[in-house]
Amino acid sequence: MAVIQTTRGEMDECDLVKREGVLDDDNEHTTWVEYYLGEELVHRSAHVTLKTSPVATAIAAAFGLGSQ
Amino acid sequence: MANTQALTSAWKRDVMLGLHAHGASVIRAATTKDDFKGALYLVTASRGAGDTVYNTTGELAGTGNYTQGGTAVTNGTDPALDGTTAIWTPTASLSWAALTSSGAFDAVLIYNDTSASKLAVSVHTFGSQSIVAGTFTLTMPAHAAATALVRIA
Repeated sequence: MAVIQTTRGEMDECDLVKREGVLDDDNEHTTWVEYYLGEELVHRSAHVTLKTSPVATAIAAAFGLGSQ
Repeated sequence: MANTQALTSAWKRDVMLGLHAHGASVIRAATTKDDFKGALYLVTASRGAGDTVYNTTGELAGTGNYTQGGTAVTNGTDPALDGTTAIWTPTASLSWAALTSSGAFDAVLIYNDTSASKLAVSVHTFGSQSIVAGTFTLTMPAHAAATALVRIA
């Protein structure tokens, strides 16, 4: 029997409705879990794994091509 | 052999190591690496390439177990070269426990917490998230030329 931290304090998981989701695209792999007490969202956690990031490109100028 | 126009790969790495000052710089108090932090920003914020320093504009409110300023970045591996690309990636996930976010957020700002003005490093976005009495974990990408968190190619 798992205990879940909620907006109402610790609750027994079996008293809650659990919903899970996944997002996977080029940028991230994300999972989340939600617990509801009736229609009320009482817990939501998420785990985002970044897959990549913006890259800075270093460029050396070429002399003779538009140089002054 | 022929000459090849290039910024050296070593320069890309050495910039991350603070070894070059092409303009007036700062007097560093030590040779140790700086401390970095990651702070979370609401989907309504406008973080991006124009950021120069950390500030609280658009950051999650300091409620629900979130402390403005964010959390420390674990920096266990020095910048390095993977081929000709200089790379740096924190060596642990960023995590906020027992969190209730003040709103939906979709970005983390990495900044230099050692610098007096809290110089901005990078902004990384992800799908919008709201956390309710839960944990938010941001796991770093693989430390490689094609994926590292900070890359100079």
